[in-house]
Amino acid sequence: MIIKKSEIAGLLDQLAKEYRVYAPVDENGNIAFKAIKEGAEAKLGENSKKPPKEILFPQSEELFNYSVNQEGLRMDSKVDDTKSVAIGLRPCDAKSIMLLDNVFSNDQYQDVYYLARRDNTVIVSLGCNRPSGTCFCTSVNSGPFDTDGSDVLLTDIGEAYLVEAITEQGKELVGKLNLPEADAEAKALAEKAKASATVASEVDLAGLKEKLDGMFTHEYWDKLHEKCIGCAACTYLCPTCHCFDIEDDAKDCEGCRVRNWDACMFPLFTLHGSGHNPRTSGKERFRQRVMHKFNYFVDRYNATACVGCGRCIKNCPVNMDIRQVLAEIKAQDTGSEVG
Amino acid sequence: MQNLSKVIQDTAKKLLEEKKVDLVVGFAQGSLPLRSTPYFARTVDQAANLIWDEYCENNLTNYLRKREEKVAVVAKGCDTRSIVALMKENQIDREKLYIIGVPCQGMIDRKKASKLVGGEILEAEINGEEITLKGNGFEQKAPKAELYYDTCIRCAYGNPVIYDELVGEEVAAKELSFAEVEEFEAKSAEERASFLAQEMEKCIRCYACRNACPTCYCPECFVDTSSPQWISKRAYSAKDNLIFQGVRVFHQLGRCADCGACERACPMGIKLSLLTRKGVKDVKETFGYEAGLNPDDKPVLNDFTPDDPQPFLMKE
Repeated sequence: MIIKKSEIAGLLDQLAKEYRVYAPVDENGNIAFKAIKEGAEAKLGENSKKPPKEILFPQSEELFNYSVNQEGLRMDSKVDDTKSVAIGLRPCDAKSIMLLDNVFSNDQYQDVYYLARRDNTVIVSLGCNRPSGTCFCTSVNSGPFDTDGSDVLLTDIGEAYLVEAITEQGKELVGKLNLPEADAEAKALAEKAKASATVASEVDLAGLKEKLDGMFTHEYWDKLHEKCIGCAACTYLCPTCHCFDIEDDAKDCEGCRVRNWDACMFPLFTLHGSGHNPRTSGKERFRQRVMHKFNYFVDRYNATACVGCGRCIKNCPVNMDIRQVLAEIKAQDTGSEVG
Repeated sequence: MQNLSKVIQDTAKKLLEEKKVDLVVGFAQGSLPLRSTPYFARTVDQAANLIWDEYCENNLTNYLRKREEKVAVVAKGCDTRSIVALMKENQIDREKLYIIGVPCQGMIDRKKASKLVGGEILEAEINGEEITLKGNGFEQKAPKAELYYDTCIRCAYGNPVIYDELVGEEVAAKELSFAEVEEFEAKSAEERASFLAQEMEKCIRCYACRNACPTCYCPECFVDTSSPQWISKRAYSAKDNLIFQGVRVFHQLGRCADCGACERACPMGIKLSLLTRKGVKDVKETFGYEAGLNPDDKPVLNDFTPDDPQPFLMKE
């Protein structure tokens, strides 16, 4: 099937009657995934500054309101299960949702807030015809047309998008749109786009996890963090980082419990009530970020917590480049140290 | 610029060889086009990696606080002003610091360059006063001066205010301009509020602005305390974000060297230098003081002279 680009806005308007529609929009100069009011707002093709994880895991999320009075306690939970469609995610970002699923839905923990959104959101991703110079998705088990995490994959073929339904949810959505079938030319154009999308950067992950197993006390960390200024730009803009903090906003007898993104790069992140902080300096904090993504996450979920989107590289104020960091780690002599 | 890199390398090598310093903080080649990156050279071999170009945008003073070892730093005009500000606050021991001063015309703003070409820049080359930007399907030339950061265009202190050694030729004096602040001040209260709300909605509270700033170094920042919690962590609240930025800027009054590091670090493109420069302008008008220009004077808020303009005390 195909969708003409000229008809996208109308189709999104049609979808908006039944679903909440998230799409990339220009928000004060930054592209962001937002629920749109009109199809014409959507800027498909542009990737967002903030990753689309915020659709399922908002940066700040009210979990419930509460109030206490003489009659007792009132609590209103705010689980959001609105039927939604998220369109225009890059395949790397769609893949990141599969990684987040591990965290929010596992043997020990089911996050009702995340899962309510997850179960009710259809992911329509848009393949990447021209990966950016900072992309390295092919090195982390993904690619510019990876369908992992997508319910529908769109491929830009010039005047139109080729539409491929990947999952049952995707087929159901596409079925509602009465789209014309793709002819041989459209299919050939899509194949051409897929074949010519080159990902320039490569990171060699072979053996990295095992290397990191033995590097916890390695001197490499002493110098690595030196130029890092300890902000959370990399963390907040990462599609797979998922740590959060919970706070109560309360006044008198009324309040609200809010979940906010948090970052391992901050000193407060692991500060104990006693005043002790096991991650004393930037060294321990940067090590944690690398270890969590490329070692602990692999141990726990058998996957690397990185999809190669390059946002951390593009947006680091001091040009800390994770591709270089990983290459340097690979080159370190770990001797006989046991981690 | 190539020559300056060589001079900086030679200077650094000599300092390290003669054990005058243990460390040289400078810049090395970055991993992206239009980007150099902070670099820490501890050996003569490492000193060969030091470079100087129009992409050395970071304020390296950020790395100099409370250093135990003897350090040399490659410093632009704004970096040296921050150094002076930190010396007054006992954060930097001048005796243990060697300043390799570099006059600066301005640093190139990557966001401006991307906006100009409308695409991703994969390669950039500077020839004299011109820059060539290349990407997929485009090659565009532009005068590099047009792509300098706004803070650099309005900066009057490209030449280091203190140094142990100056490399490169001094740049011509420019007049300090607060044009964009004046434009902002001329707006109605409603217009200003609406502009600030729009900017603050972009804030994701990553604190890159705070962490990139050399004079933002409280051991415990008010936004990082949980008991009491002074401010909500909610990133979608433009009001809370403005409280954070407002307090941050107030803490900088009389200390901000107007380097623009906060705005450069912001991944969301918030016009933070408008706020900080408003503070710089107010301090100048109120006390006749500009931070970081004179190592011998007292910090402005620790001092009083009958000659202060102090218009807030005067009656017409």
